[in-house]
Amino acid sequence: MLRFIAARLVKAVFILLAILVLNFVLIHAAPGDPAAVMAGEAGASDEKFLQDLRERFGLDQPFAVQLWTYVKGAVQFDLGFSYRRQMPVADLIWERLPATLLLTATAFVISIVFGVIAGVLAAQMQGTWWDTLISSVALLFYATPLFWVALMASLLFSVVLGWLPGFGYETIGADYTGFARMLDIGRHLILPATTLGLFFTAIYVRMTRASMLEVSRLDFVKTARAKGLRNSLIQRRHILRNALLPVITLAGLQAGQIVGGAVLTETVFAWPGIGRLMFEAIGQRDYNVILGVFFVSAAMVLLFNLITDILYGIVDPRIRLAR
Amino acid sequence: MKTLRILATGAALAAASALAAQDAPKSGGTLNVVIQPEPPGLMLGLLQNAPTQMVAGDIYESLLRYDQDLNPMPSLAKEWERSEDGLTYTFTLHEGVVWHDGEPFTAEDVVFSVDEFLRETHARLRASLVHVESIEAPDDTTVVFTLKQPFGPFLGLFEAGTMPMVPKHIYEGTDYAENPANNTPIGTGPFKFEEWEQGSYIHLVKNEDYYLEGKPYLDEIYYQVIPDAASRSVAFENGTVDLLPGGSVENFDIPRLTAMDNVCHTTGGWEFFAPHSWMWQNMHEGPMTDKNLRKAVMHAVNREFARDALWNGNGRIATGPVNSVTRFYEPDTPDIGYDPEKAREYLEASDYDGETLALLPLPYGETWQRWAEVTKQNLAEVGIDARIVATDVAGWNQRVGEWDFDLAFTYIYQYGDPALGVARNYISSNIAKGSPWNNVSGYVNEEVDALFAKAAVSASEDERQALYSEVQDILVDDLPVAWMIELEFPTIYRCDVKDPVTTAIGVNDGMRDAWLDRD
Repeated sequence: MLRFIAARLVKAVFILLAILVLNFVLIHAAPGDPAAVMAGEAGASDEKFLQDLRERFGLDQPFAVQLWTYVKGAVQFDLGFSYRRQMPVADLIWERLPATLLLTATAFVISIVFGVIAGVLAAQMQGTWWDTLISSVALLFYATPLFWVALMASLLFSVVLGWLPGFGYETIGADYTGFARMLDIGRHLILPATTLGLFFTAIYVRMTRASMLEVSRLDFVKTARAKGLRNSLIQRRHILRNALLPVITLAGLQAGQIVGGAVLTETVFAWPGIGRLMFEAIGQRDYNVILGVFFVSAAMVLLFNLITDILYGIVDPRIRLAR
Repeated sequence: MKTLRILATGAALAAASALAAQDAPKSGGTLNVVIQPEPPGLMLGLLQNAPTQMVAGDIYESLLRYDQDLNPMPSLAKEWERSEDGLTYTFTLHEGVVWHDGEPFTAEDVVFSVDEFLRETHARLRASLVHVESIEAPDDTTVVFTLKQPFGPFLGLFEAGTMPMVPKHIYEGTDYAENPANNTPIGTGPFKFEEWEQGSYIHLVKNEDYYLEGKPYLDEIYYQVIPDAASRSVAFENGTVDLLPGGSVENFDIPRLTAMDNVCHTTGGWEFFAPHSWMWQNMHEGPMTDKNLRKAVMHAVNREFARDALWNGNGRIATGPVNSVTRFYEPDTPDIGYDPEKAREYLEASDYDGETLALLPLPYGETWQRWAEVTKQNLAEVGIDARIVATDVAGWNQRVGEWDFDLAFTYIYQYGDPALGVARNYISSNIAKGSPWNNVSGYVNEEVDALFAKAAVSASEDERQALYSEVQDILVDDLPVAWMIELEFPTIYRCDVKDPVTTAIGVNDGMRDAWLDRD
């Protein structure tokens, strides 16, 4: 197992490097550069103004030199300087990362817990109106665009009912500390985390239900029943455990998106995370910030893929033995 | 030397009587304002984009402010004089002004700011400073600007975004762009920088040592960063913010928001910038080099419809290159109104053979996108085929700067005077690839060049008017661009927020005069 992990880690480093170079080339291929965007925003520019900016950002260097400088820095975890925000990219990401992790991890937990429970219930009550209700609601959430759900949730719970704050990470100017602050952040977290979690909840429901039904028709389940095992034991030990494999695959994918996947939700709810940071940086061609966020999120995807593979082995010994 | 004394007594009296007519301002309270997008920084001497100025307009000041008729008013300078030959301007500064770090503000700071710092960093001001021979500080409260030749719009340069005062004791001898003080800006303004929570808010607090007794009235301001336009509307509806600066929300949301109880709005505060919208017509090459086709386009676009349907009736139909609130506007120019019949006649007379024109919308949200669609439809109605080219802001900058379009929407600020904000888009010396703000069309007319050059350095207002009237006539006949609408961006706020807009620069001039009528 250890050798397997080590080999995967070495491979991951090379994949990460390749991603880094590919991203660098792609983002530089997009039209416009940060100097032009900043000059544009100033509403006026002359040759000197643009030249000064390009020199300061190193954009006047040949492409290969820029790439080499960036990769050299990145392997030493120096992600460069944000042209626009005038601070080191690593500091920027570090500052924003906790908000994103809190939001996406909460959404992750919400979707797994509710998704799997609802999926199991629907499978156990197959054909009843409970099953129809759960499946229909899941389908509805699955099909509705996230930004629309986000806006409607914000309108309903924040404007109409006034129950929950519609924006931001905490109450601005309230200066809460300790438990009161945690509570405040928690209240702000409810709408964005639920909204973000809805889509994956829906997928988990549908996948768990389908997988449970499929496994329950397999021969070993019939054998288990024939042996006279209790239904609850069959459901838990035999069916659920086997049915969870595709769910784990999906969870690995979702976890990989934890860093980069909250762009829409963070934008609509003014959540100060790195998804939004990246979204804004793309519009501003703030190359180093875009590359920095891609780098961190790529590393996360690779890490969670590795964890998923390990989990497979634990849940299904056949996979472990095959190695 | 005989001097012409231009004291602001009249403006001060008018302001005083206006104040007396309403309740006395109350001190205290917190104002929550939307800021979008999040500014890249707050050092106004280095960054001149709109969101930076909106926040930094509270922190930094210049020597003058301007009323809504563009007359200069005192700011850091309490008096100013112009010599009769128009070559010397002498400013007397307020006494007892201190920087936010407690150091005294003196005439030396003014000399450093303009002659060293801004000359190095400020592209727009640099273009005007070529007219300045010297800047001197004979004593702590006197600054003398000596010009090489008269420069008509000179007194219009002293607005905070154009000429912000920066502290000499912090910046002298340093690398301005890398100075760590840029993160904790120090100005003389009514509010001090307190905290910037990246991605969430910028917090400013009252400057207790401000040189005007009793001002500012507010205790603190939070500029809240809300990236999504629909969410900004919701933030106003649910009371998270009290003020939406012009352009914060989509136009189709404005009627709903302004219809709410206790909500006021004003289109004032944009007189200095006078945002003027038009379509560049690419005269470098391609079909738009044909004057008849340019005229056909001009008469084909239904600007009244666009204003009423897309801009909620806000804005005035442009009649030419100079905005009707900018100085030296000439109303009596050839008609360029909507007339499909005339458009077809010009199209008939042109060499246009049905090719598809590349039409670039401004990537600033829904309204601009829809405007491009309406325009495409208008053009199709007279027989001109156009294709909308989608871009983001960086792509738009690139395409317009590289002249890669046939028609391209834009809007540009005029800064109160044709010499500052109009000439730059039509004079041939300002044709250069790489910038979307110069003479992008590639229009070349020596007569126009000469008229603009002469008008800028004339010491006589009457002569300037005559020259600018002539140049407007020529431009409207040549149509290097198709002028669209003089835009108005309503500022929307709760009615208990008083005086958020008191100058021609509006909320971009800071909240010095604003107060809350709350208990």
